[in-house]
Amino acid sequence: MADKYYSTKLQDKAERSGLVMLFLLMVLLSVGGLVEIVPLFYLDDTMEHNKYPEIVWQRKAGQTLDDWKPGEGIRPYKPLELMGRMVYIREGCYLCHSQMIRPFRDEKERYGHYSLASESMYDHPFQWGSKRTGPDLARVGGKYSSEWHVRHLRAPRSVVPESVMPNYPWLDKNIVDADETVATMKSMKMVGVPYTDEDFAAAAAGVEGRTEMDAMVAYLQVLGTMVRFNDSVDYRE
Amino acid sequence: MATAQVEEKYNFEVVRWFTIAAIIYLVVGTLVGVYIAAELAWPVLNFDIAELSFGRLRPLHTNAVIFAFGGCALMATAFYSVQRTCGVPLWSNGLAWFTFWGWNLIIVSAVITLPLGITQGKEYAELEWPIDLAIAVVWLAYSINFFMTLMKRKTSHIYVSNWFFLGMMVMITYLHVVNSLAIPVGLFKSYSVFSGVQDAMIQWWWGHNAVGFYLTAGFLGIMYYFIPKQANRPIFSYRLSVIHFWALMFGYVWLGAHHLQYTALPDWTGSLGAAVSLAMIIPSWGGAINGMMTLSGAWDKLRTDYVLRFLIMSLAFYAMSVFEGPVMSVKTVNALSHYTDWTIGHVHSGALGWVAMVAAGALYHMVERLWNTRMYSASLVNMHFWMATIGTVIYITAMWVSGIMQGLMWRDYDAFGTLTYTFAESVAAMHPYYAMRAIGGLIYWAGGAVMLYNVVMTIRTASSRPAVTAAAANA
Repeated sequence: MADKYYSTKLQDKAERSGLVMLFLLMVLLSVGGLVEIVPLFYLDDTMEHNKYPEIVWQRKAGQTLDDWKPGEGIRPYKPLELMGRMVYIREGCYLCHSQMIRPFRDEKERYGHYSLASESMYDHPFQWGSKRTGPDLARVGGKYSSEWHVRHLRAPRSVVPESVMPNYPWLDKNIVDADETVATMKSMKMVGVPYTDEDFAAAAAGVEGRTEMDAMVAYLQVLGTMVRFNDSVDYRE
Repeated sequence: MATAQVEEKYNFEVVRWFTIAAIIYLVVGTLVGVYIAAELAWPVLNFDIAELSFGRLRPLHTNAVIFAFGGCALMATAFYSVQRTCGVPLWSNGLAWFTFWGWNLIIVSAVITLPLGITQGKEYAELEWPIDLAIAVVWLAYSINFFMTLMKRKTSHIYVSNWFFLGMMVMITYLHVVNSLAIPVGLFKSYSVFSGVQDAMIQWWWGHNAVGFYLTAGFLGIMYYFIPKQANRPIFSYRLSVIHFWALMFGYVWLGAHHLQYTALPDWTGSLGAAVSLAMIIPSWGGAINGMMTLSGAWDKLRTDYVLRFLIMSLAFYAMSVFEGPVMSVKTVNALSHYTDWTIGHVHSGALGWVAMVAAGALYHMVERLWNTRMYSASLVNMHFWMATIGTVIYITAMWVSGIMQGLMWRDYDAFGTLTYTFAESVAAMHPYYAMRAIGGLIYWAGGAVMLYNVVMTIRTASSRPAVTAAAANA
């Protein structure tokens, strides 16, 4: 009986030898990931700015992040916005809010132009989300006043009665730490976000005396405002 | 074989501890789930306390049920069945205990850090870098111990359940290492080295395969050992198991991209993910059929064997959710279902109906053999079975209705060509379903609590009750 094959020779070999089975699995299990992930790092048409360079802000020598004007293109977050993003991640906002508008008529009318891959090129980690218990936030910047955001974050149901969002009263009490801000920016630079030494030098002043509430509102208000879209251009075929 | 000899031959003490831990984590993890479900129905339950807010507790729920409950169940069952199918004790008892204490230490650190908002901000991979390193070490200890036990087996061939466990161990190692690559800023903070679209693809390659390998391949390993043992019949088809094993291993890896349909991920990637997803119905159903048909000719056992009910019902839910999944990955369906509660319902039909039910069946099976007795109360096992089934059905029905309703409300246009509903109106419409979901979850949680009580009583009274004959216990 021991010499009888119940299936194929290879299968029989794998079942008799743990090493053969381990090797087959190691090879087979790597294929799907390699095919789907690796090309995203080198195919030019993955990122829209390879074809439309104007959607990324071209910083000229001597320019600071404060010289950027809305619509001038994707740029690294300012210190306060970056720290607001960290609060956004810490509080798990991504579990109920997406930041990824799909190319449908209703989403265009509700949220705005569909999201581009380049728009999250400086987002470590990405925050596209997978669930809309609350609305998409990819283009929430400029839609509401900062005062509205503060009220809404303190007590969402005071401005939107139907809301099921938690209150975030503690954001008013926490002060943004300057050293942590610089450390965060420096680690962002290590993973490829083009911050300059001047940005690091200006970081402390950018968050001086500001609360996490200020940071969060600054982050929300910049979302989706970086690119000025040209309606006659189809950025993603 | 007499009980004492079995005990001498195998290392079962560590399996006992993993078994008890798994049942405790089932109760704790689902309780957190019920609480956050209630928060969505009644937001006052957030109590303005940061550590209790939905955004911080939700990762605690997912980590507790996947890694604490799922992990302990996988470690208990793999360590139990690999010894029985190979006819040898574990390669290293010390490494097995290291795995137990290491894994539980990781769980404790998750329970502390997640409510404090210490997170990497990637779904199902929230734990910060020091914990991620610990996971890698403990996972490798678990895998190496398992593999080395296979290597010194007394049987000529490796049994099918072990193929699945091994596939899971290799893939989870790949996924965890790549997805967790990050630059630390301090002890409690790090940032993903990837950004935007690449980070998204890697995250969902991880996210879907945590489901595909951890919660599917691993639990199919459980199914392949425990259904034949509990039913006392051989697996229906060896050929089917070979085909569906390799197809599942090769195919599942590709599915992550279907979570990113119509996003800024290139179209080719999403379509590829969706195409393979559709094809996966075949191997997935192959597994479900293979498990169910093992009972052919012995269906009457379901009338009397409550443990077998868990195992077979789990396959019914498995077959349903692996049909639902490919349907949801079809672009036109995904356009509606993505971002809605339908996804949450789909996950729970798999998690509550398949993963936790097959695990419960296996855990009951092991408790009787590890403590050499019958369950304290068979009718409580039956009661748990019905609570789990009814709770799951209520949960997933609520999420189907709310999910599809959300999708339809968001895209609805009135006669003037403007959007009919504001977003807030869709939130308000969800309230009854969120309440219903919390009730379904509560019933499921109570079933788990019944199981914990029953198991505790079984262990406490094991010595005072007549032992099962060795032949029956170790059949």
